[in-house]
Amino acid sequence: MNTNNLIYGINGPVVTIKGKTELKMMEMVYVGKEKLIGEVIKITDDFTTIQVYEDTVGLYPGEEVISTGEPMCVTLGPGIIGNIYDGIEKPLAAIAEKSGVFLTKGVSTPPIDYEKLWDVTITVKPGDEVKGGSVIATCPESEIITHKVLVPPTVSGKVISVAPNGKYKVNDTIVTIERPDSTKQDLTLCQKWPIRYARPTAERLPISKPLVTGQRILDTMFPVAMGGAAAIPGGFGTGKTVTQHQLAKYSNADIIVYVGCGERGNEMTQALKEFSELTDPKSGKPLLQRTVLIANTSNMPVAAREASIYTGITIAEYYRDMGYSTAMMADSTSRWAEALREISGRLEEMPADEGYPAYLPSRLSEFYERAGYYKTLCGDEGSITVIGAVSPQGADFSEPVTQNTKRFTRCFWALDKSLAYARHYPAINWNDSYSEYLSDLSEWYEENVASDFMTLRGKIMNILAEETKLMEIVKLIGSEMLPDDQKLTLEIARVIRVGFLQQNATNPTDTYTPITKHYLMMKTILHLYSCAQKALEKQIPVSRILSTGMFDKLIKMKYDIPNDKPELFDSYNDEITKVFDSLE
Amino acid sequence: MLVEHVGLNQISGSLVVLDGVEDAFYEEMVELRLDDGSTRQGRIVQIEGDKAVIQVFAGTKNLSMSNTGTVLKGKPMEIALSPEIVGRVFDGLGRPADGLGEIFPECRMNINGTAINPVSRVYPRNYINTGISSIDCLATLIRGQKLPIFSGSGMKHNELAVQIVRQATISDNDNFAIVFAAMGVKNDVADYFKKSFENANVMNRVVMFLNHSNDPIIERIITPRCALTAAEYLAFKCNMNILVILTDMTSYAEALREFSSSKGEIPGRKGFPGYLYSDLASLYERAGIVEGSDGSVTQIPILTMPNDDITHPIPDLTGFITEGQIVLDRSLDATGIYPPVSVLPSLSRLMKDGIGAGYTRDDHKALADQLFASYASVQDVKSLASVIGEEELSANDKLLLKFGKAFEERFINQGNQNRSINETLDLGWELLSMLPRELLDRVSDDVLDAHYKKK
Repeated sequence: MNTNNLIYGINGPVVTIKGKTELKMMEMVYVGKEKLIGEVIKITDDFTTIQVYEDTVGLYPGEEVISTGEPMCVTLGPGIIGNIYDGIEKPLAAIAEKSGVFLTKGVSTPPIDYEKLWDVTITVKPGDEVKGGSVIATCPESEIITHKVLVPPTVSGKVISVAPNGKYKVNDTIVTIERPDSTKQDLTLCQKWPIRYARPTAERLPISKPLVTGQRILDTMFPVAMGGAAAIPGGFGTGKTVTQHQLAKYSNADIIVYVGCGERGNEMTQALKEFSELTDPKSGKPLLQRTVLIANTSNMPVAAREASIYTGITIAEYYRDMGYSTAMMADSTSRWAEALREISGRLEEMPADEGYPAYLPSRLSEFYERAGYYKTLCGDEGSITVIGAVSPQGADFSEPVTQNTKRFTRCFWALDKSLAYARHYPAINWNDSYSEYLSDLSEWYEENVASDFMTLRGKIMNILAEETKLMEIVKLIGSEMLPDDQKLTLEIARVIRVGFLQQNATNPTDTYTPITKHYLMMKTILHLYSCAQKALEKQIPVSRILSTGMFDKLIKMKYDIPNDKPELFDSYNDEITKVFDSLE
Repeated sequence: MLVEHVGLNQISGSLVVLDGVEDAFYEEMVELRLDDGSTRQGRIVQIEGDKAVIQVFAGTKNLSMSNTGTVLKGKPMEIALSPEIVGRVFDGLGRPADGLGEIFPECRMNINGTAINPVSRVYPRNYINTGISSIDCLATLIRGQKLPIFSGSGMKHNELAVQIVRQATISDNDNFAIVFAAMGVKNDVADYFKKSFENANVMNRVVMFLNHSNDPIIERIITPRCALTAAEYLAFKCNMNILVILTDMTSYAEALREFSSSKGEIPGRKGFPGYLYSDLASLYERAGIVEGSDGSVTQIPILTMPNDDITHPIPDLTGFITEGQIVLDRSLDATGIYPPVSVLPSLSRLMKDGIGAGYTRDDHKALADQLFASYASVQDVKSLASVIGEEELSANDKLLLKFGKAFEERFINQGNQNRSINETLDLGWELLSMLPRELLDRVSDDVLDAHYKKK
């Protein structure tokens, strides 16, 4: 341990040490008497620069910087699920208990409860060969998640002794192995991993399954694959956070890591409250039992905001390695990019686009590439889906963070201010959004939902595209001047927009829609459209077709047909046929 | 022991540099003593070895390398607080400015505050009745929320702020106070606020912090922090419900820009420092409710959008931090509508959980959704009408146009009237009843049966 490193300069969250040091790049250090956590970010002949993850007010020059010899790590083990952390894995609930409602500096509280006893079942026996990623024990972490204790990825060897099944603390030795070089190593329930390095896997597998979210515009129109990456850009007030919350609540991933990066404190409180009250549609248990929250609100130290994204994805990777499908929501990656910019500015680096550092694209790609569908080291299949919100300045999608994110994600859900102003939620613009996963996933939809699912989707998209074209004309001459068939297109497009694409997150029936209902809704709408087209051919005017009331009835079917009664759609279809037969 | 360092080593803008300082810490307070006997306050903003960069609050006029002594105070910037501050007026640095003498402090608090642990926050649910239809019905203010007013120079945001202060009621009203912070406002505007509060008989529940537009710009960076510290003290230590009005955030951000450029920092968008977001967040995030206290801090920051541009960095970053916004519209203002609230871009994020049965009325949400949707279609019809003429519109479009006009003139426009929530909601339904029932697609049938009035 080097004790000659003394603080020389302090500028906001950046601290410098004068002279040559033994510190390594990206090494974690403790700064000052209060042992604030910091990370070495620049080394020159004259100075070593450290970014400090906590408030630097009250720090004196001349105080000591203590080297740890290790990069920034997170502790991984049972007890992470259901917890709420700040950006560097400090447990906020435990800190609140210790030091009250306001955050204080330098409180050292272990990220996971070291005293709690876990009910451990050992799954290896002496003589077994284990390698990185092998499962050596399991324990129930929450009512729905079984924690698998893994051999750290860099360790392998032969098991020489195991502890009996029973209750253990996270730091108790449960298995001892002999490494190839004949040294012994004790394995416990927990391990550490540096946050800036992706945890290794056996191989990347092709993408084939969608992340089912229960949101109609996402699942049907612009699906994201399990193991894919999606971006949600939008100005303020367009509903990024609501969309992210909906995904965290209803998507079919096993584990959700929700990172509130530089966002509002009240929102994190809301998430925490909702996730503990709402139940998982699959298991009926509180959502918090499969969720990890990371809250680095906008007024918390900016350097920890930069780290929060990496902390989140490392935790997601750890559960992926156990063979779970995990999904990470990052709200918002723009705040993370701004943290990069802020620190880069303090280092007086040469700025590129809009003051962001030139390495912004490479950092973004590094992060998004940690998503994927993998074969894990122990041979299971696991995945990480990353959904990043982007908050472009002035809702201008040409700014660097949105543009670069677009390059590294294959699914783009563009939020639109004008839709939000009209309270059309989710305010995802169907003309600007896209999903490149459609071709990868169409087979899944055809096998698991209906063989003509993609055909129906195509028809719906065509109607919407047609409507956009017609609206250009309507803006000039008004809808009264259009011929009847085009008027009908506008009316059916309205049914699609209001009855299908709009989804009410606060309505208990509508907030989550099973995928079969998406299909039946599309089918019913298209059935109405074809009946109405036939009626038009028989010279029945559009005004008469509309007076049947069927259009308005379909707009409300999302509320009127309960999710568990798909058979009701038959009666809707029958009614449509009957009504239109009687028109003649 | 406080040591006086004689002389300075560099003076530039509002910053001075002092060499040979030992034991200085980041953000420490200093006092500068001039040889004419006057003193100025300052704060250490950067340390490099034994060199300290000090930001002087009252500016560096008349300072020379030799005529000044500097004393390090050994503590960060603090203000004196006691329950007696209610009803008092302070300057931008938190010193009494009403000639009523010093505060006998019950405690001193660091003005930078500390972040609230998200786990210890209580999710805001109780609404504040402002008596203004466009706010109560469409962008409801919730206790513990931060809801800014986006205005422009010359619009009636000051009147609106005063009206909110005058009319605001909450269920346990007796423990209610207002902290008012003016940053770079004109002297007559500050007087207007003072007079209006006196006329409305609310001065005895107001704490004012005034930094006038001709006061040193650096003090402006301190003013909102003093105000928020006072608010936190009253809310979380004295269990009061506090409404903080911060005006004008644009002057604040410009002061920050000036300060940043004098430090030679790399500028971000429009010359504002790259940390403008974090800095604004360190103010706005001080709103909220915490566990273990009955008090709350609600913020209404007011900002004038430069050139009415909502994408300018100040409103833009504010909107990303605050929980919604109330936008004022110049064309409504020009037609004499008051308050000129532009309904469509206005939003309250916390509203969905603070309205409805048990808070306002069960039909509130449906009504608000429908009013928004219908008024949004009015805008489409208006732009169409400007191309093809009103005569050519369809019957429904004509009705929408009529509804839009009535909505602006009767619902948004209310002058100094104080409307109860029931009056506001009933008026909303009355206006919606001008439209044919099938156009109201956001409302379920049973709500319509109860409230839709057939002609």
